[in-house]
Amino acid sequence: MAESAAVEARSVTKTFGVAPDLVRALDDVSVAIEENEFFTLLGPSGCGKTTLLRLIAGLELPNSGDILLAGRSVVHLPPHERPVNTVFQSYALFPHMSVAQNIAFGLEMRGLARDEIARTVGEMLTLVKMQGLDARRPGQLSGGQQQRVALARALANHPKVLLLDEPLSALDLKLRQGMRGELKSLQRRTGITFVFVTHDQEEALTMSDRIAVMDRGRVQQLGTPLDIYERPVNKFVADFIGDTNFLEATALGEEGGFVRCRCAGGFELLVGGIPPAPGATVTVALRPEKIVLHPGGAHGTVTQAVYVGTDTNYVVQLSVKTDLGVRVQNAVDGRARFAVGEHVGIEVPPGAARLLKD
Amino acid sequence: MADPRATLDLKRQPGFGPVAWFCLFMLYAPIAVLFVFSFNAGRSVNNWSGFSLDWYVKAFHNEGIQDAAWISLQVAFAATLAATILATAAALATTRTRPWAGQTGAYLVINLPLMVPEIVTAIATLSFFALIASLSGIRFGLGTLIITHTVFCIPFAYLPIRARLEGMDLTLEQAAADLYATPWQAFRRVTLPLLAPGISAGAALAFIVSFDDFTISQFVAGPGQQTLPIYIYGAIRRGVTPEVNAISTILLMISILFVSASFLIGRRRQ
Ligand SMILES: Nc1ncnc2c1ncn2[C@@H]1O[C@H](COP(=O)(O)OP(=O)(O)OP(=O)(O)O)[C@@H](O)[C@H]1O
Ligand SMILES: [Mg+2]
Repeated sequence: MAESAAVEARSVTKTFGVAPDLVRALDDVSVAIEENEFFTLLGPSGCGKTTLLRLIAGLELPNSGDILLAGRSVVHLPPHERPVNTVFQSYALFPHMSVAQNIAFGLEMRGLARDEIARTVGEMLTLVKMQGLDARRPGQLSGGQQQRVALARALANHPKVLLLDEPLSALDLKLRQGMRGELKSLQRRTGITFVFVTHDQEEALTMSDRIAVMDRGRVQQLGTPLDIYERPVNKFVADFIGDTNFLEATALGEEGGFVRCRCAGGFELLVGGIPPAPGATVTVALRPEKIVLHPGGAHGTVTQAVYVGTDTNYVVQLSVKTDLGVRVQNAVDGRARFAVGEHVGIEVPPGAARLLKD
Repeated sequence: MADPRATLDLKRQPGFGPVAWFCLFMLYAPIAVLFVFSFNAGRSVNNWSGFSLDWYVKAFHNEGIQDAAWISLQVAFAATLAATILATAAALATTRTRPWAGQTGAYLVINLPLMVPEIVTAIATLSFFALIASLSGIRFGLGTLIITHTVFCIPFAYLPIRARLEGMDLTLEQAAADLYATPWQAFRRVTLPLLAPGISAGAALAFIVSFDDFTISQFVAGPGQQTLPIYIYGAIRRGVTPEVNAISTILLMISILFVSASFLIGRRRQ
């Protein structure tokens, strides 16, 4: 038998409230998170990310389904008996305790020896670069410092699994970007399994080993960042991760492992995905940066050009009803390559576009 | 000229000043008179004949007052202790449990003593203890007063404790549980310390409500159980002297002390 997953949810369903106001926060969710993995739950607000985390921590009970840690069912265990620790969305630092007391809390509860607690607290303060601030109260710390204390408090217990609920969302952009790298390297160094919740797709793509994209209580897609970005399985995932054009197209037939499709404006492209019946109408997802524009073509007309630094975002009108977003790198001197009103041809490399289920 | 800041500022409405001063006068003038004449050298409470502290000295040496004060203190301490513990438990049960049927009912029942007319409580309690005594022969002595005071002190202790609990971040207790604290440890180490200001405020209020009570005590108190307010009432019927003013002033000071303490403690730390 294969080694059991660090964390596993099996067909977990969780509802809140009763009949007319019933909320299905999790609907038959199954995920298996491997040991040493940086696993991310990604999805829009209200999709059930926090709920899944709370079920793993034991702060919430599932209506049905099972939660396993290292292959052992833990649904019957209260939170204080589960070998996981949480970094809460709001940090939840104890306001009446100093930084050091906060970090020592879990160790004291487990009845560790005084000198061992002191040593671990010292290590943790060093780890999160908070030496010298051990006597401060949480109220006297900045948001970033509180975040570090929350992290140290959880890590002090050397958990097998660390649950992090949007730990970076309260920080400003610069600090957030710095902390991404720190968290990632911390996870590599310690080998702790991270279950990381975020609604920020960039955060998810840059930090994770694997991502579960969630929507309305269901896992929509589970895969590596590359999988999720390059091969979204449905419209929700394609739309939620990055910018995407959705084009109505007619399938013409198979060709060299791809499907040839004709879009509005008359241009044809080879898309990846399971071939539908020839003549079927399909939806094609196409990333703006994968499209090549040629001057003087006849597929469409540039109607908008927005300068965004390295690139320019164009809107190309293909037909009265169909617009296409295209992102093109600017020329070396920084000037945009196309002008509004210019007629352009469109080329899409084979396989750059994907066929979508609904 | 229109001042853009003037919108709905009550202070700028015509007549605000006079109305405010009239209200303050009605509230505090009688107390000021009482206070001033407690320092009168003569026996009159409306004819000033010079400053002295004689009536305070007299009041302190009056054995009737000493006994009454001792009874009042015993009752207030015991009732405060019991009421605060019960109120804390009630506040936890009405905020820290899964919603249960009858929760609103429980909330109403706990706060009912605030709505029931005091005279009704007084008569009901009197007949109730009389019934117990006649049926079983058990008399509670000072316990009667303590039990009665405990009951009407509970809502006063309950309200600030509940307010504090409701303002407390629930994830703190969950964080404690996540860090291996058993429910009791989480309560001891996190909930209780954070709740302490609410408990102190509630206890201070309960104490002063008990210490100041007249109507109910007057009915329920047995022979030899004169509390301070009852004593003052009796003293007035024998004739008003500045001595009564002196005790009343002391009572007032104790009240102000406790109410301010309750207010300040409740406000400390957010
Ligand atoms: N205690 C609760 N009582 C009732 N409904 C709840 C409760 N907790 C969560 N929900 C509902 O369950 C759904 C999922 O909530 P959850 O907190 O898991 O979302 P989330 O993905 O973490 O969102 P966010 O990104 O905003 O934190 C939401 O519709 C929410 O309103
Ligand atoms: Mg959440």
